[in-house]
Amino acid sequence: MLDPVPLSQDRWFDFRMRWKRRRLRTRAIAKARELKVLKRRTWARNDILLFCTIRNERERIDWFLSHYRKLGVGHFLFIDNDSTDGTRQVLLDQADASVWHSGASYKQSRFGMDWINALMLRYGSGQWCVVADADELLIYPHWETRPLPALADWLDMQEQPVLPAMMLDLYPEGPLGARHCPAGTDPVQVLNWFDAGNYVIQHKPLLDCLLIQGGPRARTFFKDTPNRAPTLTKLPFIKWSWHNAWVNSTHSILPRSLNRVYDRKGGEAIAGALLHTKFLHSIVEKAPIEKARAQHFGNASVFDNYYDAVSQAPVIWCDASTRFEGWQQLEQLGLISRGGWA
Amino acid sequence: MSTDPHPTPAPQSGPLGIVMLCHTALHRAAQVAQFWLAANCPVVIHVDRAVGAAQMDAFKQALGPHPLLRFSTRFRCEWGTWPIVAATQAASEQMLNEFAQVEHVLLTSGSCIPLRPADELAEWLEQRRDVDFIESVSIGHAPWIKGGLSEERFTLYFPFSWKQRKWAFDLLVNIQRRFGIRRDVPRPLQPHMGSQWWCLSRKTLQGILNHPKRARYDRYFKGTWIPDESYFQTMVRMVSDRIESRSLTLVKFDRNGRPNLFYDDHLQLLRRSDCFVARKLWPDAQGLYDFFLSGQIMRETPIDPQPAKIDRYFELAAKQRSDGRAGLYMQSRFPLDDSINAKTAAPYSVFCGFQQLFRNFDFWLGNAANCRVHGHLFAPEKAEFYGGAKVYHGAISNSAALRDYNQRMFLANLIWATRGERQCFSYNSRDKMTPDLNWFMATDRNAQISVISGCFILPLFRGDYKVDDVLGHIGWLQRREQEFIAILQSKWTSADIRVWTLAEFLQDPQRFLSETVRAAFPDAQLAENDLPQIGSLDGFEDYLTHLRNLGLPPVLLQDYKR
Repeated sequence: MLDPVPLSQDRWFDFRMRWKRRRLRTRAIAKARELKVLKRRTWARNDILLFCTIRNERERIDWFLSHYRKLGVGHFLFIDNDSTDGTRQVLLDQADASVWHSGASYKQSRFGMDWINALMLRYGSGQWCVVADADELLIYPHWETRPLPALADWLDMQEQPVLPAMMLDLYPEGPLGARHCPAGTDPVQVLNWFDAGNYVIQHKPLLDCLLIQGGPRARTFFKDTPNRAPTLTKLPFIKWSWHNAWVNSTHSILPRSLNRVYDRKGGEAIAGALLHTKFLHSIVEKAPIEKARAQHFGNASVFDNYYDAVSQAPVIWCDASTRFEGWQQLEQLGLISRGGWA
Repeated sequence: MSTDPHPTPAPQSGPLGIVMLCHTALHRAAQVAQFWLAANCPVVIHVDRAVGAAQMDAFKQALGPHPLLRFSTRFRCEWGTWPIVAATQAASEQMLNEFAQVEHVLLTSGSCIPLRPADELAEWLEQRRDVDFIESVSIGHAPWIKGGLSEERFTLYFPFSWKQRKWAFDLLVNIQRRFGIRRDVPRPLQPHMGSQWWCLSRKTLQGILNHPKRARYDRYFKGTWIPDESYFQTMVRMVSDRIESRSLTLVKFDRNGRPNLFYDDHLQLLRRSDCFVARKLWPDAQGLYDFFLSGQIMRETPIDPQPAKIDRYFELAAKQRSDGRAGLYMQSRFPLDDSINAKTAAPYSVFCGFQQLFRNFDFWLGNAANCRVHGHLFAPEKAEFYGGAKVYHGAISNSAALRDYNQRMFLANLIWATRGERQCFSYNSRDKMTPDLNWFMATDRNAQISVISGCFILPLFRGDYKVDDVLGHIGWLQRREQEFIAILQSKWTSADIRVWTLAEFLQDPQRFLSETVRAAFPDAQLAENDLPQIGSLDGFEDYLTHLRNLGLPPVLLQDYKR
């Protein structure tokens, strides 16, 4: 299905993207001035770091922290974007978290990516880093028995610097917002359904990345405009190097070669999944607020219909939905793969 | 027996000596050494010279003094180089000299773990006193190596490090191949290879270490590549007459020739091994270390060894990495267009014109073949899934926009999501037929495409339309079908393709239909009288003549006569 571009064009893309990378890095350095440090703690040299931009995630943050601690994250680096619901205080109370604050526009900082780029440039070089939003829980083959340091060791041995993990949108059985998930409990208990096999993948030669779309959001909210459906490609676990730069959220990165996490010869490389707990009960109340803030998409007005639909508390569940059972199930369905990590 | 007069009386020890080569995770190596020492096995440890003094001190402190513990001369062991062999020789010599009771020496690494109690191993070896357990494979006969050089390891010169100067290493290998430069293997050595980890008897080991021509052979092996996998394996053939060519150490290599690590979740797998030692463990696999070092295995009910199960587990993983699952498109598998593998996961059937020619073809086929038959999956309005489903297996939506956004992925996803059940659907020129999709199916060896050309006219002929109104539409449909058939008849196809004109098909519809269906469903129930009825064709010839006279020659139906 992959149609490679001619070598000359590939070189040209390399050249263009090299300059883009420099521009993004410069921009990140400039945008670093928007960050004010609230709490800076220390961490060990080979700790796994987690970078996260966060805003009003009080209900998710407890489980988020415990999930990633269990996975073996050594230190959390949060950028609080003006939270008003007490999230910031929770973060400041954690012994293994450093917190920065930014009151500037999320959208103007390329959806937080400039801040993340700046922090990672400063603190992430040479380290294995997780980059995830508060509603994204990383899982991968054997995650229950092999924490992230084991995965990092293995990826190092394979000389692979990135782990891809596509976003897997989870949703409840009934209408959105009907079932409450108390803070500190596993959201996957409430959101335990997903779409098993309606993901469409295209190869994007400019960045040499895969664009994955589909899933329940495409099926319910974007069935007439599938090209607008959210991107599900993610590269959340990466051995950072000072010359890297995130391009478009954590969907794609520069240099281009880092996006090539897929095997072109028919084999399966390793891949995990980010369980996306966006559809917790609060999304119904939050949708009008987010619509008004218009901070989330490049061309925000196009997504008004989406927010309107979500605020009606629709039912995303359908007969063909699959109940989430664990990583083995995802691997069997071909959504993730152990890729030789037996 | 050793002739070395040791100043202090040799400590009483068991008959099994352990040589450990360590370079990382020394705290784990210390735990394992203590396990052996507790079982009265003398241990000689070699620690890589690259390990710093502070770490070394901590290591020695953790182990403490023990009458059965020795540290051997330290070498700087780079991967695949001679010092590993030198370190092994030195440690083995020390073992034989200082512990006179030792009858077998087991070579292990710091990241190995004993899978069974030490007493059991000692007892087992006691019964096989003169047997040497070393994997020793003749290079001429067996494909032991995963990647890399085979016989050339012994016949070329390797002055550069493969790890640090890979380009120089490769260049020199190529130059030597090009100019036929070879070094001779000293006679009577017969190069053998095998796992680095062995268990040799005292007699054999002494034979190797005290061989009269050892200096000559050592000089030769210093120049070969990865001598740790060939030195003892070759030498043992000259001094031992009871070789069991297998290793007591379980090592599973991945496709790059690196050993797979074992983690806590491998516990049940490791318990099924018939080996005594496993390599290599992830240092933080606390569960494994707890289980195997604590003697817990003695308290559990024993499990029958099934080494084939372990092999199978790792083979499957390796196969998944190298070949993948056919027809799967995912974030980490996106094969090139010209991949030799199948493009989809399972065989499927595409019927063009059958639905138009026969009455209730999909219903009939579903009954005859006992499967669920879709309508026109690529109909312009929506995907006509079986039973009119809005969302099909895998949560695939019937929305035409979603489907047409990426038709190949739509089809590949459907076939993937319904593995195990053959998919059948209708397809004709009224559908959203794109060259992209046509080529995808025509070059997919899982596709069975059967076309009765010209049938696209039948609904228009039977329906209540004025010919003048639909003339342009017929022309458009005909053009599209011609394009499709041109693709099917090109030389690049790999699908199972059958194309008839309507006239050809009508000569013996029963035979053609049952042939087609039987090719897809060998055990389909096709009774003679049970074939679907052909819709009325009265006046069709006149209709075609009329079309021709209006200026639209029905090219695909020009041979139609009744």
